[in-house]
Amino acid sequence: MSDLPRRDPRQEWIARNRLHPRHAEVLQEMGRGAASEWWGPGGLVRRNPHAVGFVGPNGVKRIDRSGTQQGACGGGTATPIAERKPLVEIDAPAFMIAVVPDMAGGRLSGHDRDLFGLARQLADADPAARGAVVAVIFGPHKEADVGEAGIDRLLHLDSPEVAGYAPEARLGALIMAEETWSPRHWLLPDSKLGGGELGRRLAVRLGERPATGVWQVEADAEAATGWHCTARGAAGSLDIRRPLPRIALALAECAEPVSETRHAAVELALPQPLPSTLSRIQDLGQVSVDPSGVALSEAEFILSAGNGVKDWQGFHHAAEVLGATEGASRVAVDDGFMARDRQVGATGTWVTARVYVAVGISGAIQHLQGIQTCDKVVAINMDPGCDMIKRADLAVIGDSTQILEALVTLVAQAREEKRDAA
Amino acid sequence: MQPESAMTPGLEVTVLVSVGRHPLTGRARRADQDARGVELARSLADAQVRLLHAGMRDESSEAALRGYLGMGFTELSLLEQSEGADVLPALAEALDAASPHLVITGERAERGEGSGLLPYLLAERLGWPLVSGLAAVESVEDGVATLLQALPRGQRRRLKVRLPVIVTVDDAAPAPRQSAYGPARRGAFEATAGPVSADDEWASWHVQPARPRPKRLKIVKAASARDRFKAAAAKAEGGSGQVLTDVTPTQGAEAILTLLREEDVLR
Ligand SMILES: Cc1cc2nc3c(=O)[nH]c(=O)nc-3n(C[C@H](O)[C@H](O)[C@H](O)COP(=O)(O)OP(=O)(O)OC[C@H]3O[C@@H](n4cnc5c(N)ncnc54)[C@H](O)[C@@H]3O)c2cc1C
Repeated sequence: MSDLPRRDPRQEWIARNRLHPRHAEVLQEMGRGAASEWWGPGGLVRRNPHAVGFVGPNGVKRIDRSGTQQGACGGGTATPIAERKPLVEIDAPAFMIAVVPDMAGGRLSGHDRDLFGLARQLADADPAARGAVVAVIFGPHKEADVGEAGIDRLLHLDSPEVAGYAPEARLGALIMAEETWSPRHWLLPDSKLGGGELGRRLAVRLGERPATGVWQVEADAEAATGWHCTARGAAGSLDIRRPLPRIALALAECAEPVSETRHAAVELALPQPLPSTLSRIQDLGQVSVDPSGVALSEAEFILSAGNGVKDWQGFHHAAEVLGATEGASRVAVDDGFMARDRQVGATGTWVTARVYVAVGISGAIQHLQGIQTCDKVVAINMDPGCDMIKRADLAVIGDSTQILEALVTLVAQAREEKRDAA
Repeated sequence: MQPESAMTPGLEVTVLVSVGRHPLTGRARRADQDARGVELARSLADAQVRLLHAGMRDESSEAALRGYLGMGFTELSLLEQSEGADVLPALAEALDAASPHLVITGERAERGEGSGLLPYLLAERLGWPLVSGLAAVESVEDGVATLLQALPRGQRRRLKVRLPVIVTVDDAAPAPRQSAYGPARRGAFEATAGPVSADDEWASWHVQPARPRPKRLKIVKAASARDRFKAAAAKAEGGSGQVLTDVTPTQGAEAILTLLREEDVLR
């Protein structure tokens, strides 16, 4: 055929009309692959500036003028952060750092994560001989990806002996882990129960003098272990600087949690089953405490009422049936429906509940400040657009009175069935 | 003030008391948790309570220890130690000799290292069980104690343990009574010279008044400037939660109930 440029007015028209459904397709054709340039009707080169460049991995448009990446348009689907983090696998660790997290409520707390950050600091100090971080976890856990916290090896003990309050059985398990892997360091959270107690028991059994209340660990070539630590002593009024011992009980924020890498969290197992020691302490289980007697700031489960609660009798009844501590928004307090010491928020109490149920609360910033540290927030509200819904993990749109009533009925039913079955 | 129970050998309780430190002024006082321990011991029926302290004897510590005497005691056993000594051997020996049924201590001392290890070391040395963080002693019958342990978030756990046992007292235990001036003045110290062992390791450490801990900065780790900007400018994060619209109240309540069950907050 001839070399004469042929014109197709219809195609040109589509190429000019950005709203035409075939616009992109036609541009591709006319531009011979590179959609940003084509020959116009007057023999001039036309450019489409919108088609220049490509969308980068973060969803930002990039223009590469070197010409290497022309036309690679579209496809701006950013991979989820978790997949983008590099996976670190340590196959032949030079040594082990053992961490026993508290796992309150079956989840890694912030304190636990800080501890894993500290463990990584100790394990990764020498890139030529990296250590592995071993986590010893007792009881069932709900953590989906423990490797995110920086765990290379996971020893998960979930037998009935170590369930509940069983410090002696847990100590036995730790001793067995010590004999099997002899970790270079043991790190435990210096928390009220759990780590604080288990760590002291372990230290005493192993005959080591632990560092307690550690809040800073720094490399120090002169110290025997290569590290020294700063620990709080005398009810928090002293700073003690000493070489880091084998066993350390660390405070929250002792190090930054791991955030840039994922770790393999390979499952380990003890070489033999736990010996069934006769425990001298018998756990009779938790005692039901009056939820209204629990201080609001440390309550675990709060049912909080706002201006959207119309049936106060019903609300108090629901709190009683659910066994929740009562909270309130400022409006509910100002209107005299709730006591002043029940107010949650900037001018009330900053709560730390694991589960916070907000009934008819709009989610003013002063209120949301008070529930910053809550794990799970449930909202019951009429207005699907309010700020509380944005904060909530589960939001139910509907009338508070009816939903609370239904909830109470369901719980009562479940209890009834349980009683019948028993 | 000892109960007259010559017929039934009462419960022998030893409370380990220490010299506390006022959090603001730094002056010597009765230690808060130890005083709670004494209060706990006082509340036990038929108990023969003995106070035991190991440490240096000087003017300020004596004044502090008299605070415990003022809670209704005529005497306090004192194992004299030198400054900065390790009190463990002396206490272990004294407890071994007296062999009480119940030893009550605080969780950690308000002076010195304050590591909270002492009760654990004693328990290991004497071979007794140890229960930490006690809120109350419910009953002691036939050599078995029923204890209430304080858990975080105001919860309680009931434990049963065979005597003898060492227990540590939590801040949730009943507040101590006020120390009465008269009995505090009249009370006597029964001093004995115990074995003294120096704590060399402690002497080698560098100790200074606590400096405030640095506040943790909110560091946004992001690969690109755009992510950093978005994180800095972000308002309330939205869209992550599940929103149930157009459901009947029962369906809504079921969803809430499932979440409450998952979180294990319903009892
Ligand atoms: C200096 C300052 C400090 C403050 N400090 C605090 C503080 O510490 N704590 C605090 O809480 N507030 C505080 N406030 C007040 C705060 O700004 C809000 O006014 C308050 O939190 C709103 O309370 P609310 O959500 O209960 O009421 P509203 O904003 O009236 O919200 C009621 C919500 O209930 C819903 N609703 C209505 N009827 C129903 C129904 N039948 N069923 C279900 N939902 C229904 C509505 O859709 C609405 O979302 C402070 C304000 C200032 C100026």
